[in-house]
Amino acid sequence: MDEVVLDVDGLHTRFRTQDGTVHAVNGVDFELRAGEFLGVVGESGSGKSVTMMSLLKLIPMPPGEITDGTARFGDMDLLQLDAQGLRDVRGGRIGFIFQDPMTSLNPVIPVGKQITEAILLHTDSSKAQAKERAEELLHLVGIPDPKQRLKNYPHEMSGGMRQRVMIAMAIACSPEIIIADEPTTALDVTIQAQIIDQVRRLQDELGTAVVWITHDLAVVAGLADRVLVMYGGRVVEEARVDVLYSNPQHPYTRGLLASLPRLDQQGHELVSIDGQPPNMLREPVGCSFAPRCEYAFDRCHTETPQFVEVAIGQKVACHFDLNKGEPR
Amino acid sequence: MTAEMTQDAAASNAGEPKEVLVTVKDLQRHFPVRAGLLKRKVGVVKAVDDVTFDIYRGETLGLVGESGSGKTTTGRVILQLDIATGGDIDFAGNNVLALSNSDLRALRPRMQTIFQDPHACLNPRMTVASIVGEPLREHEKMLSADREARIHELLKLVGLAPEHANRYPHEFSGGQRQRIGIARAIALNPDFIVCDEPIAALDVSIQAQVVNLLLELQEELGLTYLFISHDLSMVRHMADRVAVMYLGKIVELAEVDDLYDRPLHPYTQALQSAVPVPDPIVERSRERVILEGDIPSPSNPPSGCRFRTRCPIATERCESEEPEFREVRAGQWVACHYADQQQNAGG
Ligand SMILES: Nc1ncnc2c1ncn2[C@@H]1O[C@H](COP(=O)(O)OP(=O)(O)OP(=O)(O)O)[C@@H](O)[C@H]1O
Ligand SMILES: Nc1ncnc2c1ncn2[C@@H]1O[C@H](COP(=O)(O)OP(=O)(O)OP(=O)(O)O)[C@@H](O)[C@H]1O
Ligand code: SF4
Ligand SMILES: [Mg+2]
Ligand SMILES: [Mg+2]
Repeated sequence: MDEVVLDVDGLHTRFRTQDGTVHAVNGVDFELRAGEFLGVVGESGSGKSVTMMSLLKLIPMPPGEITDGTARFGDMDLLQLDAQGLRDVRGGRIGFIFQDPMTSLNPVIPVGKQITEAILLHTDSSKAQAKERAEELLHLVGIPDPKQRLKNYPHEMSGGMRQRVMIAMAIACSPEIIIADEPTTALDVTIQAQIIDQVRRLQDELGTAVVWITHDLAVVAGLADRVLVMYGGRVVEEARVDVLYSNPQHPYTRGLLASLPRLDQQGHELVSIDGQPPNMLREPVGCSFAPRCEYAFDRCHTETPQFVEVAIGQKVACHFDLNKGEPR
Repeated sequence: MTAEMTQDAAASNAGEPKEVLVTVKDLQRHFPVRAGLLKRKVGVVKAVDDVTFDIYRGETLGLVGESGSGKTTTGRVILQLDIATGGDIDFAGNNVLALSNSDLRALRPRMQTIFQDPHACLNPRMTVASIVGEPLREHEKMLSADREARIHELLKLVGLAPEHANRYPHEFSGGQRQRIGIARAIALNPDFIVCDEPIAALDVSIQAQVVNLLLELQEELGLTYLFISHDLSMVRHMADRVAVMYLGKIVELAEVDDLYDRPLHPYTQALQSAVPVPDPIVERSRERVILEGDIPSPSNPPSGCRFRTRCPIATERCESEEPEFREVRAGQWVACHYADQQQNAGG
């Protein structure tokens, strides 16, 4: 098995707000292996972004607060890094791509300059080398006429083009990990297909490990090697992609898949999951999915299910064994 | 032969003859583009440009297409929430664009809309009862006791409880707010509802709840829907027929299975191939048509066929000549010079 490049254990993040404490991340464990493509799915508010942003302290602190956990990256714990250490890792050994490129691109600086500055910050290349590399990068992410495009300001580019620039910046310093947070959610579907195709090719070529956050189970089906399913600030299921879609072992995963329409099929009824997502202002007691779960029994409401391996490479946090049809 | 006649013929072949509820003919909505200090007109955005289709009573017509293709504008113009700059709209035998204000007002209860963001269109200072009851107050003379009974009936229909009536929108989740919007839309027993991205803002696990509700209400109340969405998978699930828009034009319109299983327009084919399926085995074996380039600006669309700059099979003819929107197969309308070849190739 490939070497583990990132090992997150017991991550807890919360926000102290006027309305009370938001329990955003409540004990997340996962590993990322070299060169692997890890999909992270879950609905709005399930803690996908906060989990990944906590790793590099990209959440506002305060109100945010990382209350527990470790994140082993090489020989360091990311959660213990000081400001200088964080700056070195961010955009250097770990690259980020966000849903809205405009939050990370500076609107008054040409994109070429922004890419070369990132390169100069994290490597010891000369200015001329950095410029050359920037052009090469734009070419690599499929932007036609890269030399001209380097002079463009972000607003002179389309949404898809800006997202390509973000990808170019993320891979500029040959990172070991790229974390992409809903990078295609705001794009039209034909443009999403272009970006996904590009990322797939780049990953083949560069062998970077990728974490791809999305609420769209269809998007990661064709991209990921492994998938984490998040609910209520926890990972509730983790499995290889084939296993997750064909034999999901958490009632939430199973429910989500049954509620999805498919382009290639018609006529099957959509089975909806009743109820609402959890209120994150409440301290989670028991399983967060229990109020909506058709298999819930008394223990589910009082005791937090452990995240345990139920088959090789498949972990589930659930008191009920779906295969046997009885409590575990 | 006119568009209506042939579409009618196709429909009656399939079974019982269908009644046309809405006819849209050569509909246009051109927005002026103004610039400079004097706000001089420097061009037009042809948001909707010569769009023609029928909607049958009781059916769901899906309207798909990428951002800016003109879906919302089409819906708004049909409901006369926006003006048409050309063409005709017929609603249940009424020539909508020729109606007087009072006649239009009398027709309004029969055509309603459900929006994407239920938050934006629910007044935060009104209770659920007053939001749902507002159309009743405006359009129906009702005793307040009857109105209250009707409000409770409506809440029940959309899966809310009577005790929700006195709460405010912010106390509800996105899915519940969408239910409030739906209750309001059906309050006056409409024939026709434009659903403009009704699930786009909802959580994945809540989308199926709302879609199932819309389907139940359609069955129970005999509603006709124009279902606007960029989610092609959900449209396949919801719609009886589907129209595909690109830069203000309908490029293909067909029965749902024909459109998805045998698309004839290169854009429909590419659009479908771009939509992922939640199944890794299927995904791995799919051949993808990846379109090159970006969607052109609607204020300066390409000559001839508007899709030609991204079309994998475009020729010189596509640049000089606009393809006619014609019936290539029974009930399947396509605007492409080469639709017949696509069909013969087993498209
Ligand atoms: N700055 C903040 N202040 C307070 N609460 C926050 C803040 N950022 C996130 N949260 C809360 O933390 C929880 C987890 O949010 P997170 O952004 O991780 O969700 P997500 O899974 O990424 O959802 P989405 O799909 O909407 O992006 C949510 O309840 C959210 O409201
Ligand atoms: N009031 C307006 N003035 C000028 N242009 C407009 C106006 N409303 C819409 N447009 C333009 O008309 C075109 C069609 O817009 P429309 O909102 O109908 O698209 P849409 O298909 O609904 O897109 P989306 O999927 O993003 O909702 C766009 O180019 C839009 O910018
Ligand atoms: S008319 Fe030409 S450009 Fe347009 S879709 Fe058909 S082949 Fe492509
Ligand atoms: Mg997020
Ligand atoms: Mg719209």
